[in-house]
Amino acid sequence: MPVLEIRGLTKAFGGIQALAGIDLHVNKGEIVSVIGPNGAGKTSFFNVITGMFEPDAGEIRFEGESIVGLTPSTITHRGVARTFQNVRLFPNLTVLENVMVGRHSRTSQGVFGALFRTKAFLQEEQEIEDHARDVLSFFGSRLRGYREDQPAFALSYANRRRLEIARAMATEPRLLLLDEPTAGMNPKETIELTGLIGSLRDERGYTVVMIEHDMRVVGQVSDRVVVLDHGIKIAEGDYDTVASDENVIEAYLGRPVNNGART
Amino acid sequence: MSTTRSITDFETKDVVIQGALAALAISFIAAIGMLGEFNNRILITSLLSLGYLAIGWIPILFGYRASAEETIEGIDPPIKGPRDLLVGGTVGAIAGIVVSAFAWLAASVDLTGVFIHTGPGMRSALTFGQGIGFGSLLMIVFCTALGVFGAALHVMTPTVRSVIGVALGTTIVIAIFEADAKELFKGFRIRGVASILYSPTGGLTIVSAAAVTALVVAIKVYGKGHGPRVVYERVKLHHTSQTPEMQRRNSWIWGAAGFAVYLVIPQILGKSLSETAVTVGLFLVLGLGLNIVVGQAGMLDLGYVAFFAVGAYGIAMLTSPFRPAQWIPQLDFWVALPIVIIVAAFVGILIGTPVIRMRGDYLAIVTLGFGEIIQKLFLSDWWKPVVGGAQGITNVPSVSIGPVEFAGANSKMVFYLVAILVAGVFVLSHRLQYSRVGRSWAALREDEQVAEAMGINTVTAKLLAFAIGAVIAALAGALFAAKVGSVFPSSFKLLVSLVILVVIIVGGLGSLRGIAVGAIVLIGVLGGPTLPGLLREFGRFKLLIYGVILIYMMLKRPEGLLPSVLRSRELHHSELTQDAWLDKAGDFEEDEEVTA
Ligand SMILES: Nc1ncnc2c1ncn2[C@@H]1O[C@H](COP(=O)(O)OP(=O)(O)OP(=O)(O)O)[C@@H](O)[C@H]1O
Ligand SMILES: [Mg+2]
Repeated sequence: MPVLEIRGLTKAFGGIQALAGIDLHVNKGEIVSVIGPNGAGKTSFFNVITGMFEPDAGEIRFEGESIVGLTPSTITHRGVARTFQNVRLFPNLTVLENVMVGRHSRTSQGVFGALFRTKAFLQEEQEIEDHARDVLSFFGSRLRGYREDQPAFALSYANRRRLEIARAMATEPRLLLLDEPTAGMNPKETIELTGLIGSLRDERGYTVVMIEHDMRVVGQVSDRVVVLDHGIKIAEGDYDTVASDENVIEAYLGRPVNNGART
Repeated sequence: MSTTRSITDFETKDVVIQGALAALAISFIAAIGMLGEFNNRILITSLLSLGYLAIGWIPILFGYRASAEETIEGIDPPIKGPRDLLVGGTVGAIAGIVVSAFAWLAASVDLTGVFIHTGPGMRSALTFGQGIGFGSLLMIVFCTALGVFGAALHVMTPTVRSVIGVALGTTIVIAIFEADAKELFKGFRIRGVASILYSPTGGLTIVSAAAVTALVVAIKVYGKGHGPRVVYERVKLHHTSQTPEMQRRNSWIWGAAGFAVYLVIPQILGKSLSETAVTVGLFLVLGLGLNIVVGQAGMLDLGYVAFFAVGAYGIAMLTSPFRPAQWIPQLDFWVALPIVIIVAAFVGILIGTPVIRMRGDYLAIVTLGFGEIIQKLFLSDWWKPVVGGAQGITNVPSVSIGPVEFAGANSKMVFYLVAILVAGVFVLSHRLQYSRVGRSWAALREDEQVAEAMGINTVTAKLLAFAIGAVIAALAGALFAAKVGSVFPSSFKLLVSLVILVVIIVGGLGSLRGIAVGAIVLIGVLGGPTLPGLLREFGRFKLLIYGVILIYMMLKRPEGLLPSVLRSRELHHSELTQDAWLDKAGDFEEDEEVTA
């Protein structure tokens, strides 16, 4: 069954057609990579799916139900989580607090519980903390121990990216959207994260859609690759097919770093 | 390497500028009439009046600052010595000369058209009641001596400085708060101490001032290692070493002790100090409420007084026998209170709904507008049949629980009520801050869009903050109405909103302890928007001092007196990111280990 079905998705910003009628199906347990040159509309694609922008036209179905027009928080509640290309953490909250915020949509205690410290409240707080620690442990000891209590802005760049994924995981998504998860990481960190993206599916059972510029990462983990250019899907298929596709090579030509045609 | 410097090693320009600035500050204080007015208040008989204290600290501060070098990291500061004293003295002397020139100017040219207080009174105060010639000399000597004293404070070792500072500070505080200290001595049933300490004509006697100073010095010198902090640590150690059930029993004992203190406090404070405490308490409640909106949820609300008004008018409209709208049934306070709470929450949501789409400055301006609108509505002819227009509503009955009446005029009784409200709102604020709701507000404050993307319904979260803030303000308003016994539109001016905001900013946005300190310092000592504080003399200059404090805090300590962790993290972001950069180097190292 498709987890995500998108049909004819269109979005324009002023005169710029960021998305010009995109169709996409993502099946449960798949890892799909979205690639394309800068300004192709990849991030806009995520923004529209997660409800941060409403599409001009088109249909988005998550697990069979339309999510067009819902607020981002409702969509998160339904089971879609994301990370941001430019890493958007809550910089002054601690690492643990950042992840605890991610538990918001899976918990329910309000003012009353907090004020009277009811049993249910205390239990839920404990559950939130335990779950947050569990999610942080996905990255080994990197975000555990003393780091838990550090403000997020004090983290290294790679750790910020990890924390963002952990925060998204805390929302218990079934569909995880990663926007350039390895951008800014050194080669070693990239290799490590590539492995973890595999375990996101294998261990945690998420379906993953990932925007990525690093072709080695794309080649290693993707079941399927989708190529966008000027808001249009110009190719789709497994990595080797797409990498040798004429249209794709053309789309990437003229870019100073011509990664797309390599390997 | 530390270097000894020659006695003339200083920038003439800097010294002249510092002296001129000191002179400007002194002349300003004199020209606005503060010096003259404060001179009526004797602090130490035939030695010091409040007026001379108000100008005397200036040469000390500037002398201290001019003699102290800015320390540059990596370079040892130069050795302190006579050169510093000379610099301090020169700054003081320049200040004295310029101030004398100002006095002379005021005497020969009529400046009263601009500064009405620059008449002969000011001139005489600036020349210590002497002729212009000898008086000027005195002023120069006065400023020079204080400048040298300021520099000397810099030259002495930190220990000595702290002993002298605390000793003189204590003496001056005891002198300034003479009336309040007398109340306290009365409360402790040791009125005799007051008559020994203070002269019958007001102020400490020279002997008692010297004795107090000497006593504090002795305590500081010989009492080392027995300070309150040491005792606290010892008690804490003792506490943690006990078994859980003993701890539980002890917590009962502590609770009982706390309750006993609560019962005794207003009796010791006496009537007028209780009155001040009640005012502080009400503003503290308002501060904590506004802190939820501004400090926790990050929405700058400048119309907060509107909710205070809703609470006060709500109670007045429902409980006063003279309520303008007689068709509204007259209710008991405790029946009316839940209704007022619900109405306040509703108004909070009503005002919140249109404004939460806005951010930052826009939100501030719009809430300011709403605050003004509500005040004008209470004043308007349109609402007059219900809220009484400019005449307001009078004869609001006081609160009573069973046979116990908390009459408004009896501030000792009102204290009990306000203390409970303060404690309740404290607990509420604290518990909310460390809960799911509090975290959602923190996330909202940090990055609204991301908070929404992480599953937080930002609309509900913001409205919740508005509603809770409104309810807290309304509770304060309800008690206010019942205490004062009447409500008028003039009690709910913009100034009140601003004062509450200043309280939480000076105390430390987001920090509950900080807000308590802010309320005590600003409302208790200086006074609220209308009510006087402990320093009654400051009444007329209150807003001026508020402004000075606010500017100083914004420049030097924007995180507030007792900052919250979050806020100081935020404001010292850049320093910490530097550390983070170093940390990052460590991170890479660690990466090697893990992946190797
Ligand atoms: N909020 C916005 N307002 C106006 N224009 C936008 C907005 N968001 C995106 N665009 C435009 O839409 C186009 C697609 O942008 P998008 O960020 O989706 O590209 P991308 O594929 O993610 O590129 P990159 O690889 O650089 O991240 C760009 O031309 C961009 O300028
Ligand atoms: Mg992008």
